Amino acid sequence: MKRGAVAIVGAAETTELGTIPNQSQLQLHADAALNALADCGLSPSDIDGIATAGESPVGIAHYLGITPTWVDGTGVGGCSFMLHVRHATAAIEAGLCSTVLITHGESGRSQVGRGGFMRGGGTLMGQFEMPYGPMGPPTLFTLPALRYLKDTGTSLEQLASVAVIQREWAARNPRASYRDPLTVEDVLGARMIAYPFTKLMCCLVTDGGGALVLTSADRAGDFPTRPVYILGGGESVETPMVSQMEDLTRSRAFRVSGERAFASSGICHDDVDHLMIYDAFAHLPIYGLEDLGFCKRGEAGGFIAERNTAPDTGRLPLNTNGGGLSYMHSGMYGMYALQESVRQLRGCAPAQVPDCKVSVCHGVGGMFAASGTIVMSNEPS
Amino acid sequence: MAQRPRRALPRPTPETQHFWDGTRVGELRLQRCDACAHVYFPPRPFCPSCASRSVSAFPASGRGTLHSYVIHHRPMPGFEPPYSIAIVKLEEGPQMMSNVVGCPQTPEALELDMPLVVEFKEMSEDITLPLFRPAMLRGSEVAV
Ligand SMILES: [Zn+2]
Repeated sequence: MKRGAVAIVGAAETTELGTIPNQSQLQLHADAALNALADCGLSPSDIDGIATAGESPVGIAHYLGITPTWVDGTGVGGCSFMLHVRHATAAIEAGLCSTVLITHGESGRSQVGRGGFMRGGGTLMGQFEMPYGPMGPPTLFTLPALRYLKDTGTSLEQLASVAVIQREWAARNPRASYRDPLTVEDVLGARMIAYPFTKLMCCLVTDGGGALVLTSADRAGDFPTRPVYILGGGESVETPMVSQMEDLTRSRAFRVSGERAFASSGICHDDVDHLMIYDAFAHLPIYGLEDLGFCKRGEAGGFIAERNTAPDTGRLPLNTNGGGLSYMHSGMYGMYALQESVRQLRGCAPAQVPDCKVSVCHGVGGMFAASGTIVMSNEPS
Repeated sequence: MAQRPRRALPRPTPETQHFWDGTRVGELRLQRCDACAHVYFPPRPFCPSCASRSVSAFPASGRGTLHSYVIHHRPMPGFEPPYSIAIVKLEEGPQMMSNVVGCPQTPEALELDMPLVVEFKEMSEDITLPLFRPAMLRGSEVAV
């Protein structure tokens, strides 16, 4: 990928977020797509590349009336949209298409028009994980955490501080689901879901969507929006079964994706003004900070608890929309992390980071199964 | 006794049948590569380390340690919350998910790195699940 050759020119979320019982999942994709197209003054007929996850790109293209010359249905969980951005950037550079629409929509709470999410008993996960009683991400994604806490000496209080600090960011965001202040005691004393994770260490379950429009940077001046240039990216996968991670205290997919993102963009950690790390659960920003190289092993819990990622004083603003813990989380949160990076780089975020030039947006898919990382800037190089 | 909802059970495939045949006769079968001696799980008919198709199943010792876990507090068909969902590190190297039974389902009783030993729980005519209990406790039976 050539630095800054492709830009995000359109970006928007669904008109509403939260509980949206009057729209199907398909319509949430479309609502976000129409908002993103309106954002940059385009119509579906201007789009020749389509990417989505959770629904088939065939269904989205047909519903919106798009005839694409490039299609990407990569579906590796919540970070699929980071992979779509990376693939779209390469496709536009290679001339496979000129203008890509990436859509996400999910009726995570209301379950309107949503496909099944059953794991057959004959899959490896069905045979070697599901019989032991996990109930989705709250009992699978969380499984490595105790190992991490013991090996690194990270405390439960530090883990809880992730939720506390992100709530401070959410308090500044009118669209956030939860905005009331929290204390570490509130988090640790909340209803236990899967020890050591209380309800306040687990993400929300909401409805919503988002969409992005990408095109070549030399066209970026034709749009009314401030372009957000793609400087680089990375992606990888490890295992569909959390029990088979090669090291429970770090994510191989995070490390591979992050290293490639930094190398391809040519930035160093000190260049990063703003960071998004997909936070389905409170331990994920801790793993992310370490696996992306922002913190040394075992230091990320303290880094967050000591307010280095907090509003106003923090030198590394992290999850500034409030994150999946407080802003919203429909199931595949990656699109909302990307939207917040775009808002920060356009200078229009509710909790705006002053002088924000470089944003790193890091996603996870499945339970540490997959990862995608995008480096963006409002300056082309 | 009232019919209670059952837990999800595995449906063996040709590549995993030997594992589920093993648990029915009280063996926890792993596979070892004939070429590079790598021991691995879950089952597959080739070595994930060197891709050799020459591999052999063998009964593991059934000993391991408690590598990580959560204690699930929410209702789940076939389980009485709270119950542990664990990653067990087997003596031979591979990790597997299971439940730790035969001890209180509390952070105090479930100490990381504690030695565990397999026990087999017959769920149906075809399926026997490998569960684990603390190695120092003998013969305790706790329904999960
Ligand atoms: Zn081998």
